[in-house]
Amino acid sequence: MSQFTDEKLKQIDREAVILKRKKKSKDFLQTVGDHSALITMSVIFAFPLFMVFIISLMSAGQAETRSFWPKPFVWHNYIEVFTTVPFLKWTLNTMFVSVMGTIGVVISSVPAAYVLSRLQWKGRHTTFLIILGTMMLPGQVTQIPVYIIFAKLGWIPSFLPLIVPAFFGSAFSIFLLRQFFTSIPDEISDAARIDGCSEFKLMMRIVVPLAKPAISAIALFAFLGSWNDFFGPLLYIAENPDLYTLGIGLNAFKGDHHTETSLMMTASVLFMLPVIVIFFFSQKVFIEGVTLTGVKG
Amino acid sequence: MLNTMAGATSLFRKKGEVAPPRKKLKVPRLFIFLCLAPWLFGIIFFTAYPMISSFYQSFTRYNIIDKPVFIGLDNYERMFFEDDDFMKALKNTIWISVISIPLRICFAIFAAWLLTRPKRGRNIYRTIFFLPSMVPAVAATIVFTYVFNPVYGPINKGLEFVGINNPPYWFLDPNWSKWALIILGLWGIGDTMIIFLAGLLDVPKSLYEAAELEGASGFQSFRFITLPLLTPVIFFSGVTGVIGSFQYFTQAFVASGQVNDYSKAMYFYATHIYQTAFKAYEMGYASALAWFLLLITMLCTLVILKTQKRWVHYPNGSLFK
Repeated sequence: MSQFTDEKLKQIDREAVILKRKKKSKDFLQTVGDHSALITMSVIFAFPLFMVFIISLMSAGQAETRSFWPKPFVWHNYIEVFTTVPFLKWTLNTMFVSVMGTIGVVISSVPAAYVLSRLQWKGRHTTFLIILGTMMLPGQVTQIPVYIIFAKLGWIPSFLPLIVPAFFGSAFSIFLLRQFFTSIPDEISDAARIDGCSEFKLMMRIVVPLAKPAISAIALFAFLGSWNDFFGPLLYIAENPDLYTLGIGLNAFKGDHHTETSLMMTASVLFMLPVIVIFFFSQKVFIEGVTLTGVKG
Repeated sequence: MLNTMAGATSLFRKKGEVAPPRKKLKVPRLFIFLCLAPWLFGIIFFTAYPMISSFYQSFTRYNIIDKPVFIGLDNYERMFFEDDDFMKALKNTIWISVISIPLRICFAIFAAWLLTRPKRGRNIYRTIFFLPSMVPAVAATIVFTYVFNPVYGPINKGLEFVGINNPPYWFLDPNWSKWALIILGLWGIGDTMIIFLAGLLDVPKSLYEAAELEGASGFQSFRFITLPLLTPVIFFSGVTGVIGSFQYFTQAFVASGQVNDYSKAMYFYATHIYQTAFKAYEMGYASALAWFLLLITMLCTLVILKTQKRWVHYPNGSLFK
């Protein structure tokens, strides 16, 4: 007992404080290190987006010099892009295709996912496996005959080939919805069925309202999928400038206007803007959707 | 106490009687059929019929206007013995898969791992890291052809600033354009990264604590704890990466249009199918190309599936149970 003199106790105390400080400063250093690495990466990721915005504000001449800062700021570019090219028309075309496609995907996928998840019937698992299989199938294998079908129907060039297939269900959306519907407890449906509720009513009144987050997720994915799509419009509407979507229009920009770099960047900013705004308001939906299925759109 | 409970359940039944089976609800066949009808129509007319049709057409000469002419295996022979563009596209595609798939996986793991580090601010960083993957491919490619422009682009300006005197010409140089495309792909790593982030956050903290007590270094705990637990995700990214690279189109197409890629350094498999089918209207030959693509995709997936047992570690049994 006599070992623990006041002197000794004080020393132990001091050592403990030093150790604590050491750990604290080590933690602090680690935090600083982590954040500086994260900030560096953020700068790298954000840099191209920042640059395109900066260049979109330069004059046509200045964009093709090595300067870094608009001098003067040409906000007028954002008006000019609507007058030099039919930018408004491209936007409306893209909007029309995307909205119609989204409606198609939602009204065709919800019922399919419902019967695949909420009802017991023979062939249910086989059907589900076929859906999974079609998700993995490379699009090129079916592309050519599908193109020929549309050509024979006289639908090229028109928006129909971009919209109509959406009304026949999308494997990705059916899969995502099915996963969500399965998680809704069966007791709710059983109770309603015993009360004599029809399946259709059950789907619309009980399951759909409960699955709102999942349905808005597939709607978002479908909308952005067709907003960002390039290959479909390239095949089906590239022949007719009146039908151009933003992607096709932007790509054709070069041929039409011997690369007015700054205007092209202005158009790119306007093309990306809706996507970025939607993303900021619905980040969680995207991140959960991607985590759940491993695919985006 | 127990007795009264038992008494309560048998209140409506005689002793020894078994509970009657629950009344089975009728399966609403018509409802099921109607709900699946659109999908069924789609799978028949937009998947099954086109697959059969393109398989048949791959043995024909067909230009949409005239009737298809059966020519046996000529299309497949042409692919390997007469078509230089096919060989070029195949080589380019294999090259970019071999380089970019491992690179993407490493970069995604690194970015995801960085995101697990901070106690505060993770969501802000995650938003910034994920955002580029949302940008429409056409816009992203156009932006990159500007940023990497050798004359007035900021990248080469920066490289010269740090003392690199002859920075590459990126998209304009056939030896560098694929690297520029790979960097463009890495910029949009967001979705892959998110999957890895979910995987990393699933690793129980107690494992790391135990390893630290045993005196494991940071690298050791990454190598022997994190990596084995991430293998299912790596496996998944590998499979989708192979399938994706044979369908890689938009970025390469837009970039080669922007810079006039005469040497065809950015000419990939999907580009070749597009040119053959929708520019030259050789539908029969293009169908053969598409079926060869399906074969390669299935083969690669099969190889990865077959070898997965050796290196994929599933915590709760297989993904494909």
